[in-house]
Amino acid sequence: MRQHQKSYGVKTVAACLLLLVGTTAAAEYADIILNKLSEKEGMRPVIFSHWFHRIRFQCRVCHNELRFEMRVGSTDVNMDDISQGKFCGACHNGEIAWTTENCDLCHTGAPGLSTGVRGGHQTLGPGIW
Amino acid sequence: MVGSKLCAPLTLSLGVAALVAMLAPAPYASAADPNAFNRLMTPPSKRNPPPTEDGIHDPKSTGTQGLQTPREAFDPLPKAQSGNYIDWVKSFDEQKIQPRFDRNDPKAKPVIMDLTIVREVKGSMPDVVFPHKQHTEWLDCSNCHPALFVPQKGANQMSMASIMLGESCGVCHGKVAFPVADCRRCHNQAKGKPAPTKTSAVSKGKK
Repeated sequence: MRQHQKSYGVKTVAACLLLLVGTTAAAEYADIILNKLSEKEGMRPVIFSHWFHRIRFQCRVCHNELRFEMRVGSTDVNMDDISQGKFCGACHNGEIAWTTENCDLCHTGAPGLSTGVRGGHQTLGPGIW
Repeated sequence: MVGSKLCAPLTLSLGVAALVAMLAPAPYASAADPNAFNRLMTPPSKRNPPPTEDGIHDPKSTGTQGLQTPREAFDPLPKAQSGNYIDWVKSFDEQKIQPRFDRNDPKAKPVIMDLTIVREVKGSMPDVVFPHKQHTEWLDCSNCHPALFVPQKGANQMSMASIMLGESCGVCHGKVAFPVADCRRCHNQAKGKPAPTKTSAVSKGKK
């Protein structure tokens, strides 16, 4: 009887953990993590909220005029370029949007994230394909 | 005898648990129930989570706490069944959002090309109607041509498999634009029917 209860307890804990793991990977669709340089330089990874920016700008502004490649991670973006008004710095200049002095508004990622598009599919489990 | 001693507190605790379950709002099918409905689907309550709970932002960062939540931003926008759960095309058409064509000039407008391309598909799905209109409202020609699609009829071989692997349409659809699970948004032209050449002819007289 007691052994039974114990094994149920273990199962419940395992199920709770599973639930926790299942609910944590729920990034917004099209959230983009940029971590090619950030953590190497001692900063949190950058999370670019694609959904937030597309409300304000058409795709072509960033993916044509600002020279962001369509493939995530294929454009090297560093702070020098940004402060010279390239890439993010074209808008994050204190006129269109807040300046790059607000480091922690972009560098918000949890440690250890790899560069890529997140939030992918509707399912929390394995891909439906 | 021993059994009844054990049973009394057990029954009591079960009763309390049942009462708590009745008072609390019905929880969404949890992972604890292996036979729950829609086991892998994101329940509406879990969609568009705030940055502090989405698992990729560092909730300890003060910056994270200052970010806008997707739910707040999406509240006034027309809803859809997948992706961000927002119908971005409709949001644009109804002018619920006015994404800038030029980053400095809010009044600059894109040159829109209203030409639909019908792709006859091999399988049993309806044919694909590609509307240039909705795409040129957001994108520049050079975003797609000629790197992703050669602007010539019949020159672009593609399959759903390659799209799902992130090629051709899959460069955007499935990552930032509505996902390929929304089959009928592309496969929407019944086979054998003459296809319209302009989106405006299909979109019920809009604009």
